[in-house]
Amino acid sequence: MKAKFEPLILAFCCNYCPSCAADLAESAKLQYPPNIRIIKVPCIGAVGTIHILKALENGADGVCLMGCLEGNCEYLTGNFRAGKRVQYVKKLLGKLSIEKERLEIYNLSAAEAHRFCEIAGEVTETVRSLGPIPLKIDNSKI
Amino acid sequence: MIVGQQKDFDEIKKMITGYNRLLVLGCQTCVAISFAGGMREVEILASMIRMDRKMAGQDVEIVEEAILRQCDFEFLDSVKDLVADCDVVLSLACGVGVQAMAERYPDKVILPGLNTTFMGLTEEMGVWSERCAGCGDCILDRTGGLCPIARCSKGLLNGPCGGSVNGKCEISPDVDCVWQLIIDRLKALNQLEKLEEIFPVKDWSVSGHGGTRKIIREDLTA
Repeated sequence: MKAKFEPLILAFCCNYCPSCAADLAESAKLQYPPNIRIIKVPCIGAVGTIHILKALENGADGVCLMGCLEGNCEYLTGNFRAGKRVQYVKKLLGKLSIEKERLEIYNLSAAEAHRFCEIAGEVTETVRSLGPIPLKIDNSKI
Repeated sequence: MIVGQQKDFDEIKKMITGYNRLLVLGCQTCVAISFAGGMREVEILASMIRMDRKMAGQDVEIVEEAILRQCDFEFLDSVKDLVADCDVVLSLACGVGVQAMAERYPDKVILPGLNTTFMGLTEEMGVWSERCAGCGDCILDRTGGLCPIARCSKGLLNGPCGGSVNGKCEISPDVDCVWQLIIDRLKALNQLEKLEEIFPVKDWSVSGHGGTRKIIREDLTA
């Protein structure tokens, strides 16, 4: 029997709100899919086009960015910049015929542990329904 | 600086068809500032090419490099070995850099990854606009430091024309009428009298209409 596809999803989380939300989710013993691998970044605006592309190139089936709520960026505009960058990378993915839904950005506050788990579930489900990224890389090597 | 814009990925893909060992070579000067051909863009383009080839089941080996200036022969020697090892060089420099590479490495295929667009400046992050047309006979002393050759849609020397409305050009409400800007600036500088002098017919022979331009300084040549 063919095993159910389990996607590998890389989540870039801003060190301020979203990472705190993830910590809070852990403290509160909330559950979210184990498919998510979190990378803390100093600001979501620091995630460049190349970081997203390299993640997908090296085996991630999906990438999600989590930044602070609009107006709450520690560096004022990092989350807005990240939003625009995600739209740009989606266009690049379109050129490669890779589904744009594999990349998404969310904004949440430090207190939204439940929202963090909800997003993790949402992203996992979306990418799972898309199937493995068409780059044919063995995820077990990651 | 020279402002460039990366070619469409489909066009680049078509150009590199059949080549399996690529050197994607950026230039760290002008086109890096316009986010078109610096090391960052080299990495992004190389990653896209690798993913595209992988999905097509084709092999590709890409070396990523960027040098300080592709328009200067002395900087091109630093990539001699990398050039020797590749099938083709995909240059992300402006047209000058691509041609310098082709001249320096006559046996190698050099492909352009950018469209060289204009000489201009960064208005703000992500916005670049033209400022100089390289006409070979600068008149900025008479126009308050604003160039009507590059920035007037008609290139008028004795403007504005009748199409100037509320300081905007008739071609689009988003385009400033440079002659309006010139008048405003000369007024602020108290130099409006400069406009009373009529520009005679311009000598376009020095702007490239007299053939490819070249400068020779005898005091500097060997």
